[in-house]
Amino acid sequence: MTDPLLTVDNLEVTFPGRTGVTRAVRNASFTLGRERLGVVGESGSGKTTMGRALLGLLPHSATVTAKTLSYAGRDLLACSERDWQQLRGRRMSMVMQDPKYSLNPVRTVGQQIGETCRLHLGSDRRDARRRTLAMLEAVQIRDPELVHDLHPHQLSGGMGQRVMIAMMLIAEPDLLIADEPTSALDVTVQNEVLRILDDLVRKRGMGLIMISHNLTMVSSFCDRVLIMYGGRIVEECAARDLGNARHPYTRALVAATPSLDVRRAELATVVRDPEWLA
Amino acid sequence: MITVRDLSVTFEVGGRDIRAVQAVSFEVARGETFGIVGESGSGKSTVLKAIAGLVRSTSATLEVDGRAAARRRSRADRRMLQFVFQDPYGSLHPRKTIDDILREPLVIHREPDIDARVAAAIADVGLLPAHRFRYPHQLSGGQRQRVAIARALILSPPILLLDEPTSALDVSVQAEILNLLARLRQSYTLTSILVSHDLAVVAHLCDRIAIMRMGRLVEIVSADDLRTGRVTHDYSRQLLAASRGFVRQDA
Repeated sequence: MTDPLLTVDNLEVTFPGRTGVTRAVRNASFTLGRERLGVVGESGSGKTTMGRALLGLLPHSATVTAKTLSYAGRDLLACSERDWQQLRGRRMSMVMQDPKYSLNPVRTVGQQIGETCRLHLGSDRRDARRRTLAMLEAVQIRDPELVHDLHPHQLSGGMGQRVMIAMMLIAEPDLLIADEPTSALDVTVQNEVLRILDDLVRKRGMGLIMISHNLTMVSSFCDRVLIMYGGRIVEECAARDLGNARHPYTRALVAATPSLDVRRAELATVVRDPEWLA
Repeated sequence: MITVRDLSVTFEVGGRDIRAVQAVSFEVARGETFGIVGESGSGKSTVLKAIAGLVRSTSATLEVDGRAAARRRSRADRRMLQFVFQDPYGSLHPRKTIDDILREPLVIHREPDIDARVAAAIADVGLLPAHRFRYPHQLSGGQRQRVAIARALILSPPILLLDEPTSALDVSVQAEILNLLARLRQSYTLTSILVSHDLAVVAHLCDRIAIMRMGRLVEIVSADDLRTGRVTHDYSRQLLAASRGFVRQDA
């Protein structure tokens, strides 16, 4: 990892609330190269908020501070809305969890993907169509011509997720943040989608942040993993070493996950230590 | 305890017939926990609903506790089996307190000792007395699923049908609910059917597991055979391989 794509040092995200501020992300620091980085944690651990902060996608009520937050040498904290528009989509993008809510229901697949080409690549209509069809084929949609003219409600979950990935990848970003990209999908479809992302990391040298609650998937797919708890990164380890993690929370999560390999009479439950939040 | 032979369910959607379940047969012994796994649209939940009489089905045999299940279930039939649904956010009435929710089955079935039994049911699933007069939105997802389980068990039914009881929950909460189900199964001698898309969850709790695909039962295997990969059909092998995680090409 010579030059990190993304450097995050002491990232804090707070939201104002009725009873004072909520610190959704606290003192998060990590770097990302051209690799697969997993971010795991349970609901409310701050993993999605952190992902959105990296793309400047948080609502105005959120306060984002950091010692360093830079992408390819560029200070993201100093970005204006206009700067963001040039970065987002073109250089970095995010695949959202649920294609049902994230695609525009009244526009066809082709119109939505083509818009990215026209905005970021300056394509004309014919070129946008050509690129869109090629991209749909790249994400293994069997009949791109047909899908190009469909509306989102006519797609299955797996197809919708592939369309989202196609839309995010068509401008060839260097950094992709995938927020639970496969949790709405069946396991066999899930692995096909992972295969597509895997190819992109290996062939294009893209950096990928995979946000997920699924330990089995993250440990088998990613290179490194960050484990989040209560807004903090409590542990960072190589994905294959997740089974030998050191932090008690990580160990508890692993022990609480039913396994196909070992038969346990009872699953370990997570006993939370207030120390972890200190 | 439960005998299903040639069970079929057909839905009519937009003038077309969708054959959701086709000629499915299996038996569940008394005290057994039987698992059904499959991907979305495989018909696994529909099988469960057909057993509970929640959807119309046709079958050669559909017996519960040695008695043929009629199309119209009597009150006595209904208290034989109880259902726990997937979504603890949608399956509890938002404007009723936990007390109301747990009281209702007892009132319907004209049971005595309602107050004491509601209190006992709350303790049984690991909730606190303080939870009794709260509303569902004041509880966490795991606590709500405990309420749904308490409601299903309050009539002490011999059969419990579980439709993805933990898939809306975090791993740590899922572990608590699975442990709770394992404990209750022992203290009540329950016969249960657990439907899930998660092979690890089903293998953890069940003795025998049916694998379904596109409305048909592919095969029935023991949990140990599933763990060691002793399955006969290609689809079962695929599903098993996919459940073990992603296989990297460069590794």
